[in-house]
Amino acid sequence: MTDLTNLTVAEIRDGFRAGDFSAREVAEGFNANVAAAKALNAFIVETPEKALEAADAADADRAAGMLKPLSGIPIGMKDLFCTEGTQTTAASHMLEGFVPTYESTVSGKLWAAGAGMLGKLNLDQFAMGSSNETSYFGNVISPWKRGDGDNAALAPGGSSGGSSSAISARLCPAATGTDTGGSIRQPASFVGISGIKPTYGRCSRWGVVAFASSLDQAGPMARTIRDNAIMLENMAGFDPKDATSLDLAVPQWEAGLSSNLAGKTIGIPKEYRVDGMPAEIEALWEKGIAFLKDAGADVVEVSLPHTKYALPTYYIIAPAEASSNLARYDGVRYGQRDLPDGAGLQDMYAATRAAGFGPEVKRRIMMGTYVLSAGFYDAYYTQAQKVRTLISRDFDRAFEKCDLLLTPTAPSAAFALGEKQADPLAMYLNDVFTVPASLAGLPAMSVPGGLDAQGLPLGLQIIGKALDEQSVLNAGLAIEERAGFTARPDKWW
Amino acid sequence: MSIDLQTVKKIASLSRISVTEDEAQAMVPELNNILGWVEQLGEVDVTGVEPMTAVIPNHLRLRDDVVTDGNIRDRVLANAPQAEHGFFAVPKVIE
Repeated sequence: MTDLTNLTVAEIRDGFRAGDFSAREVAEGFNANVAAAKALNAFIVETPEKALEAADAADADRAAGMLKPLSGIPIGMKDLFCTEGTQTTAASHMLEGFVPTYESTVSGKLWAAGAGMLGKLNLDQFAMGSSNETSYFGNVISPWKRGDGDNAALAPGGSSGGSSSAISARLCPAATGTDTGGSIRQPASFVGISGIKPTYGRCSRWGVVAFASSLDQAGPMARTIRDNAIMLENMAGFDPKDATSLDLAVPQWEAGLSSNLAGKTIGIPKEYRVDGMPAEIEALWEKGIAFLKDAGADVVEVSLPHTKYALPTYYIIAPAEASSNLARYDGVRYGQRDLPDGAGLQDMYAATRAAGFGPEVKRRIMMGTYVLSAGFYDAYYTQAQKVRTLISRDFDRAFEKCDLLLTPTAPSAAFALGEKQADPLAMYLNDVFTVPASLAGLPAMSVPGGLDAQGLPLGLQIIGKALDEQSVLNAGLAIEERAGFTARPDKWW
Repeated sequence: MSIDLQTVKKIASLSRISVTEDEAQAMVPELNNILGWVEQLGEVDVTGVEPMTAVIPNHLRLRDDVVTDGNIRDRVLANAPQAEHGFFAVPKVIE
């Protein structure tokens, strides 16, 4: 029998329905892969018993003729989603030992659809990072290695690096991610998988540990476009518990998949040709343009004049919101408490937060506190919010001329762990292509486009109009079919 | 503008994060570096531009003012570092 852990979500679903194998066999296969991949450090908590429990339920449901959309599919859950009865930490020491008494809306929807949980996936602490080097539970390692014999451990991207690493290494067929400034797309690009951040408000944020509330959005990560469509259909939907949730029906994205792009116009934003971009990224972009033309699309150049201001805007707004959101970690209601001898309440707060947060989290909280403080609020925060309006307006104008935008996902292939850690600013620049769409709340996905000279994956990003995930997925499918990306990492773990 | 050691300590205090002298000193160049970079936003002409408060047009919903859950005290307190007599316990606040 073929190794079931090589199958996609759609293949597992269809094979399970056809009676080719049982859900228990699938869960056992993935459980074994998870157990054998400790070297990747992709999971903070493994829950093989939960995967088996869901599998047995799926097998019983199949016997009773009561299949659900994700019956028989075990998945990984980013440890930013609260899961009832299973430790949820956001990869922080602050929340170590926190066992939610409730379930996030998105994870609850996936379990209700029949999916099973393989475990809680590692990430950058509080989703702050682009390399998975800020987790309290250690770095996640990419399963990929450079082809030149260099044995350096590579970054799986961030913040959803546990998700990207696990999918790429066949520890799960799909996983959840969250994207604040590119945290689904950049890690997907680094390991050669796909991931989509839907329109802001499509997926409920209820029960997701908050980072920057006006930006945070959950989405799926998987190896194919079809799998992303299947997952997203079972994650999205109105939630009265999230005031920013969109009260709209969930489209049937999988049924709507079509790689025929006749009649579609693709915009190429000229401002994304940044100085010092590697020639390989440029070449990949050209290849992507050719793929979309081949699929029937017209291509035009468009202008997003405020692109260069997106990153600084993001690094004011996101820390400002983070400083507010993370004020809840004070040692009173949940999480760690550090109570020095004879300490009062204020000392307890300060000691708890000093011990519970990692350096990057402290840096962002303090940046946020500063830009929101009296005297600087208008100069930084209000100014950034106004520039955000201009960035969003740029997209509106571009979409008068085109239906979708095509750009590279990241300015480079995966870098080695430790390479950029010393300089926070250099790390922030990795999100240069993903942040603008986040600021504008637009749907955007990364799809593998090819390999660089060292054999590492490179991703292409497609950005769509608000609520037009279907066109984004369809363009992704057109690229997927033409790129013929089948590369996978050699197993060393 | 640039941040000095005193400002870092003030921000840390406002953030309710205790920092050592060494940590505060290390943060001075780090925060200045980031702030120097974000200051380029000052060159954007934003005359007549409204600050963005919602990315997707969405109206604020109101719900009926009724209790939809409740009576879950034990679940609320389940993760408290210290809970006593059905309350969150904190160090003495008033002498």
